[in-house]
Amino acid sequence: MTEHVVGTSVPRKEGRDKVTGAARYIDDITLPGMLYGATVRSQIPRGTIKTISFDPKFDWNEFVVVTAEHIPGKNCIALILDDQPCLADGKVNHPEEPILLLAHPDPHLLQKAVDAVAIEYDPLPPLFSIEDSDRCSQVIWGTDNLFKTFLIEKGSVEDAWAKADYIVEGEYTTGAQEQLYIENNGVIASFNADQGLTVWGSLQCPYYVHKALMALCNLPADKVRVVQVETGGAFGGKEEYPSMIAGHASLLAMKSGRPVKIVYDRLEDMTATTKRHPSRTRHRTAVSRTGQILGGEIDFTIDGGAYATLSSVVLSRGTIHAGGPYFWPSVRIRGKAVATNTPPHGAFRGFGAPQSLFAMERHMDRIAQVVGISPAEVRRRNFLKPGQTTTTEQTIREEIDLGKLLDRALELSNYSAKKAQFARENPAGWIKRGMGIAAFLHGAGFTGSGERYLASVVGVEACANGSIRILVSSTEFGQGTNTVLCQIAAEALDLPYENVRIAQPDTDQVPNSGPTVASRTVMVVGNLVRSAAFGLKQTLFASGLLGSLHSPEEFRAAAQRHVATHGALRSFARYEAPEGVFWDDQKYRGDAYATFAWAVYVAEVAVDLSTYTATVEDFVALQEVGRVLNPVLAQGQIAGGVAQGIGFALYERVVWQNGRMQNGQMTNYIMPTSADLPPIRVFFEEMGNIHGAYGAKGIGELPMDGPAPAILNAVENALGTPFDSIPLLPEEIFEAVSKESPAELLATGGE
Amino acid sequence: MADSLDGSGRCDLSLTVNGTPQTVRAYPMQRLLDVLRYELQLTGAKEGCGEGECGSCSVLFNGALVNSCLIPALQAEGGSITTIEGLAEGPQLNALQKAFLECGGAQCGICTPGMILSASHLLDKNPTPTLDDIREGLAGNLCRCTGYMQIFEAVARAANEGVARPRTPA
Repeated sequence: MTEHVVGTSVPRKEGRDKVTGAARYIDDITLPGMLYGATVRSQIPRGTIKTISFDPKFDWNEFVVVTAEHIPGKNCIALILDDQPCLADGKVNHPEEPILLLAHPDPHLLQKAVDAVAIEYDPLPPLFSIEDSDRCSQVIWGTDNLFKTFLIEKGSVEDAWAKADYIVEGEYTTGAQEQLYIENNGVIASFNADQGLTVWGSLQCPYYVHKALMALCNLPADKVRVVQVETGGAFGGKEEYPSMIAGHASLLAMKSGRPVKIVYDRLEDMTATTKRHPSRTRHRTAVSRTGQILGGEIDFTIDGGAYATLSSVVLSRGTIHAGGPYFWPSVRIRGKAVATNTPPHGAFRGFGAPQSLFAMERHMDRIAQVVGISPAEVRRRNFLKPGQTTTTEQTIREEIDLGKLLDRALELSNYSAKKAQFARENPAGWIKRGMGIAAFLHGAGFTGSGERYLASVVGVEACANGSIRILVSSTEFGQGTNTVLCQIAAEALDLPYENVRIAQPDTDQVPNSGPTVASRTVMVVGNLVRSAAFGLKQTLFASGLLGSLHSPEEFRAAAQRHVATHGALRSFARYEAPEGVFWDDQKYRGDAYATFAWAVYVAEVAVDLSTYTATVEDFVALQEVGRVLNPVLAQGQIAGGVAQGIGFALYERVVWQNGRMQNGQMTNYIMPTSADLPPIRVFFEEMGNIHGAYGAKGIGELPMDGPAPAILNAVENALGTPFDSIPLLPEEIFEAVSKESPAELLATGGE
Repeated sequence: MADSLDGSGRCDLSLTVNGTPQTVRAYPMQRLLDVLRYELQLTGAKEGCGEGECGSCSVLFNGALVNSCLIPALQAEGGSITTIEGLAEGPQLNALQKAFLECGGAQCGICTPGMILSASHLLDKNPTPTLDDIREGLAGNLCRCTGYMQIFEAVARAANEGVARPRTPA
């Protein structure tokens, strides 16, 4: 075959089912005799449970009731530290913490029953903010409220202070953000003594759920089966939480002997499940007269909520990305994840990096102002170059030219002309416009030794009819896993895309190819798919059934004959760390990621001083992500990530009261609609950097990192007023602008 | 219809769904969404929010675009409903479905049925929409995956190809 599959925009594998409504999501599935499950949750942020009482007006015999004492195994959601209970046992540490489970055949009656369970508490004083947790007036977790700390040290920061012409300081904060997948969390669990437990669900990581259920239900590996069904968006929000809801449904199914479905409604999903970690970043930077960064200190703190869950890993990524795409001769970065009495914060696209990069990119504009050079110039003078080292002393080995990336982004956005035009026009009107830049990087795959520990395995199988099936636990939730992995296998086997399909992720059928997170699927898993496909082809060559030049028909015939003669034909590949990669987990030093994706984004923003609303009017997203394997899917990933980034910057505020989200509905938690967004113009710059399968780097999380700082930089350019916290809503703009008189602002305009 | 109320409080409702006359037994205030999903096993309409914000449950009701989570079953009596399942012409995708597939208009797919019906309604009213018409026309349907750009492209492509009107149920 001569036609390439990789690099073309073949249609999404499961696309036809999605556009016809045939795709079956978890709430579309009903099993015979199925019950519905519901969760009774804590109404207070912190305290001990005194009594649980059931309204005698209900016939509770009709209900299946499960509490912590019914748990057959360990009462925890096994993940990293195993500190989060599946059901509260005597004490609660956040609002909406699960306490008791109910199941019944009638979902409407079930909701009434949830309200008929009364719980009395002895409240304890709660902590709700990073500052409260820092002060340690109450110890709510461990001995010091600290889930994890990291320290990165490079060179001598003391020398940098001594040499500095300027010392630039800033504090930057970001709020919680809801993933807001349009399909809420949901699972169905079924149990019988022979086959054990089966869970079908909307989820990212089947083997995370598998591990959690083994511990919770005290079952061996072969008695737990986890199957991912079509998943309606995830963005990290279905990385760790599905282990909780799957645990709940499993406990009800084991107690009742009947299948149990739990599907949250929007309010429950918003108030009880994870969000992006709120953050606070402090920068103190030594800068030369010419705007060169000499060194500095960065303190990066995230609010992890009540349990450790994934906070240590989110913190790690945020800490490593805190220095941005710049060369730091010396730096000291302290990362810290603290406990508060809110529901645990968790995985969300970008995983700590959008928070610390927001700070870095706002701070670069501050440095530019102090030094008196342009935002473009300060970045250009500090960009990492090949041969230089990152903050963890990882040497940049690839041929990356960030200056060139910046030039092209400025050109595509017509940056200079527009900036000059706005400076002229702003003084005359109520609408002030500005331009903002963000330059950033995103490490692909697990951090440090993560991929080595995961040791992912993938399989490629020839079926009896001679077609090819990929066996991976990597899941599709919109990003294009199914499509791109099939492209890779087809390319490796010289087959048409149509001849390759991918198995449904089912722990009974597919090996553990690691979680579908960290922008690792195409780069890491894709590379293994390629290796396994090569292995399969070699077997066919060695058998003499297939010659090296072959048509798809010959391949099919050879595969059929091999399976008919020798039985199942499967080829597996396991991840092995490349040579010469060094990472020190103690000192947090070395090769943090196999590679980075690089980007420069430019936002054009209008602030209307009659409504105090900031609107993005144009957005240029330019990135280097290695080779683009499917242009339509890649563009869709970037545009979707930018839209979420715009939401993060200007729309999406979680309103907290006593540790509970108060606006857990789509009516009052506002994400961007089609009418709110600017043209999101996506461009790729291929610089010949070859990583992963057919040259692809990770791409999924990158676009979440840049929009917020680019937008706030543009707002400052428009108004001349700096904003260092997101989300930035009209009320903040009103408050800041009304401190100056509008008339004065009208007179001064932008820069 | 009302006189068919039985002790359960449910009644027989007659409505035409995707061109086929149907009689279903439902509570008068049961949501049309649930009637479609649970009584008629048409699960293409999805529940995203249950309060008319996200548009995932959009269907065409007597030619109008509605959130089926906000329509009581009783109101649908005698009406004509088109769901995503009624849009394809036999095994052939219609022009909008095809354009969504080709342009990347569907990612996770959960908003897609509602989004396509909304686009279909838009093109029915306005066969040659501008980009702003499309932006406004789809603003009642939330998509968290795509950032909407490829959805706009799909609708514009279908419009250019002179998309057939949604199949009007008999």
